[in-house]
Amino acid sequence: MNSIHDMGGMHGFGAIPIDENEPVFHDEWEGKTVAMRIAMNAWRKWNIDMARHTVERFSPGEYLGMSYYERWITSLADMLVEADLVSLAEIANGRAGPGEKQTPPLTADAVPVMIKNGRPSARELDISARFQVGAAVRTNTDNPTGHTRLPRYARGRTGEIVICHGAHVFPDASAHGGGDAPQHLYAVRFSARELWGNSAEPKNSVILDLWESYLNNA
Amino acid sequence: MNKPDHDHHHHGSATHSLLPSDPALRVKAIETILLEKGLVDPDALDALIDTFQNKVGPRNGAQAVAKAWTDPEFKAWLLDDASAALSSLGFTGMQGEHMVAVENTEAVHNMVVCTLCSCYPWPVLGLPPQWYKSEAYRSRVVIEPRAVLEEFGVSLPEGTEIRVWDSTAEIRYLVIPMQLEGTEGLNEAELAERVSRDSMVGAAL
Repeated sequence: MNSIHDMGGMHGFGAIPIDENEPVFHDEWEGKTVAMRIAMNAWRKWNIDMARHTVERFSPGEYLGMSYYERWITSLADMLVEADLVSLAEIANGRAGPGEKQTPPLTADAVPVMIKNGRPSARELDISARFQVGAAVRTNTDNPTGHTRLPRYARGRTGEIVICHGAHVFPDASAHGGGDAPQHLYAVRFSARELWGNSAEPKNSVILDLWESYLNNA
Repeated sequence: MNKPDHDHHHHGSATHSLLPSDPALRVKAIETILLEKGLVDPDALDALIDTFQNKVGPRNGAQAVAKAWTDPEFKAWLLDDASAALSSLGFTGMQGEHMVAVENTEAVHNMVVCTLCSCYPWPVLGLPPQWYKSEAYRSRVVIEPRAVLEEFGVSLPEGTEIRVWDSTAEIRYLVIPMQLEGTEGLNEAELAERVSRDSMVGAAL
């Protein structure tokens, strides 16, 4: 979807906020937020694509008005309600309603293994890759209203395949309950001038990881 | 509750309007509900916080870079199959399942961004700093990388090519910076001390 999260190439955001002595967490609630997000992943009620799409659906004003971890905790609340793990009444009261206490799937001793294993997105796929390194490709010009990982600034542009990453879960499907629907994934290099016009430096480039169905023969 | 009306068109906004607006209170409310319902284990939350506070971080990436600088075979492996090479050092897992390493040279300077969210290689660098997640960095580095580098105090020679890697999938990128001048003869551990977090994202040398 064409929302505020897709900000590559936008103007007006000012200077980079560089803080050389930044702590990992600025406040205790930030650490709690990260921990709850990861712990709740163990219920497997949603995937990373759904989680990203939940933030993308914030209104632009709301998105920009929140700090990074405010987005995380707020989108966690959305997902808890959408997955029927927590009710709106419970959110309103800030307390659990009546009901049997459940058993969390993630215990402290299982945390290192969970972190170590991660959740690989690579998948086996019988279909061979349509493009090889060096191929010229042109990206779609579509404007999907759902989740997509083809940013606006790279739509309808011609680039060159520089890495074939193998097949990976396709976020546009996975974010909407469409399963893994794996596709071949490629690193595609676009010259800065192709993306930004003639004021860009001629030698520079931007490389994006793009799924096969985003790409066409150039 | 302090939420403008236009939010109500959006999915999830019913939830947002019910939450406390102060972030610390918002987190406390969610935490209370999750603990009372038995949806999270409080010890698991502590273990997760400890992991990101103390166990993963840019010292891991620095160790890998220093090894690449001193061990040509490891460097070749890192450039050929970063996931396997990093895994051999114990750096693998969540948000670093699929790694690619890119090397800075006199001719080419690499930078990493996630314009759509905040993708970052956790096993080697830890959680991303504020600047990496900022609207300013995400919007600007793809369109004016040299100006962004100047803000970090980095002036590259005019002829240096800049490649910006936008992490739009689950592939995570690690920049191998050029070995700093004057560090010849240092051992691997000493070199690791000199590798900065920002240099492994391409925002420093």
